[in-house]
Amino acid sequence: MAGLHLPLIEQLVLCLAALVLFTSFLLLAQGRIVSLIHTFAWQGGLLCAATCLMAINSGRYHLLISALLTLALKVFFIPWQLRRLVLRLDIRREVETIGNPSLIMLAGGALVLFSYYVVLPIRELSLLAARNTIAVSLAVILIGMLMIISRRKAVAQVIGFMSMENGLFFAAVVATYGMPMVVELGVAFDVLVAAILFGIFFFQLRAGIGSLDVDHLNRLHEKDQ
Amino acid sequence: MNGWLLAIAQTLFMAALAPLLAGWIKWLKCRLQSRSGPPLWQPYRDLMRLFGKQVLLAESASPIFRLAPYVVFSVTALAGSVIPMLAVGLPTSALADAIVLVGFFALGRFFLALAGMDVGTAFGGMGSSREMTIASLAEPAMLLGVFTLAMTVRSTNLSTMVSFLLVSEFQIYPSFVFAAMGLVLVAVAETGRIPVDNPATHLELTMIHEAMILEYTGRHLALMEWAAMLKLLIYMVLLTNLFCPWGLAQDLRLAPLALGLVSVMAKLLVLGIALALAETGLAKMRLFRVPQYLGLAFILCLLGMLSHVVLEMN
Repeated sequence: MAGLHLPLIEQLVLCLAALVLFTSFLLLAQGRIVSLIHTFAWQGGLLCAATCLMAINSGRYHLLISALLTLALKVFFIPWQLRRLVLRLDIRREVETIGNPSLIMLAGGALVLFSYYVVLPIRELSLLAARNTIAVSLAVILIGMLMIISRRKAVAQVIGFMSMENGLFFAAVVATYGMPMVVELGVAFDVLVAAILFGIFFFQLRAGIGSLDVDHLNRLHEKDQ
Repeated sequence: MNGWLLAIAQTLFMAALAPLLAGWIKWLKCRLQSRSGPPLWQPYRDLMRLFGKQVLLAESASPIFRLAPYVVFSVTALAGSVIPMLAVGLPTSALADAIVLVGFFALGRFFLALAGMDVGTAFGGMGSSREMTIASLAEPAMLLGVFTLAMTVRSTNLSTMVSFLLVSEFQIYPSFVFAAMGLVLVAVAETGRIPVDNPATHLELTMIHEAMILEYTGRHLALMEWAAMLKLLIYMVLLTNLFCPWGLAQDLRLAPLALGLVSVMAKLLVLGIALALAETGLAKMRLFRVPQYLGLAFILCLLGMLSHVVLEMN
């Protein structure tokens, strides 16, 4: 009979991994900007919970610091910053129409399978019980990339980028109990700077082309014809 | 022999309980909307009244129109007989597995849609077309959800599934979490509850199930409504017993059966409260958003299957 017979904490980590993947799919399908930001914050929260559980399970308490960083940055600061930007740009009520949502969702499903097959040899190298989740984290990265490709609005693309970073962080946590602290702090700082830079970029974009729709950047005319 | 008797008794009990469940949900919804609801036995009274009334048939009605209520009701009752409600391992559970169960519902729906179109009124055809649209989207999601469970349990037989979960030690399966969420969405769509269809109104532009049975009178209407109540009960029992099977009897002695009865009643009570709360809190959505809703159900079930393959295999 099937079954894993893992300790409860590891079962919970697997469950959280599945939920992280689910939030990725929600991000892919969500058209409302404010809900998008909230879903991103939820993804951060799930990551934080998974990291805490891994820290308690393995006794490597430096992971708790990463969890705390995730909580501060990805659950509170970045969503708050993005929300503030959205309010200031007055695009709170905008709903982006996503071209052919079911096709994109199926593409997401295909990406999960693809990352499963890609990760199969890597899995053998890791001895952790949570090694099955490496495929999930790779899928989160690829889905974030798919989101950047499929969306036209700059805010959604930024959230796709951030969720890619979530996937990388998750991969590091479940495969090797996190990156070295220096790297982790560096990445956290990078993300923080990126969030602020993106804010400036939004305003520049809007001042330049009068919209946050990056499709307008495809045309290189001096003026509209 | 004992098992067969019990199986028949369970099916009869299900048919008898279904109106009570419908009454309970209706009463709760009324209380939540600060109205004094109808008494719990009101659906029984309605059914009695309808059974006593004369049947009126449209001139253009064909034999299919007259046959459909009996087919729909008996197929639904047959579907109810294969569900492990009080005990696992009843002889009827060997009759059909989860795929056949989906097939039973499809057969019932086929006749319901035929009957809707038979008389040739505008509403009937509209309702049938909507019902089939929703069904064609809900069925793949439901099958995918069932397959997700079947991959863990390695059987599509409902009784085997439930007894596997009862016997093996408690585990959190990520795939079950997704399959449960997906199947709840499918069940809401299939039983015609808010936000997909509103069972309480006859508002022409939005109704689906009511539009199909608009031409029915008397005992035909009673059978159709009874079948709808039974379908709701079947879905609720199926969901609770698949994802929360604890308390079900594993043998056919009296004490475990009594425990099974009490536990299933308690679960239905709680699930009824959840459904009433959800129906009070949600608004019916536009018909054109239903494909999106069912797309979400499909994705959830698909994710359940993927997370079984990715996360639960060693």
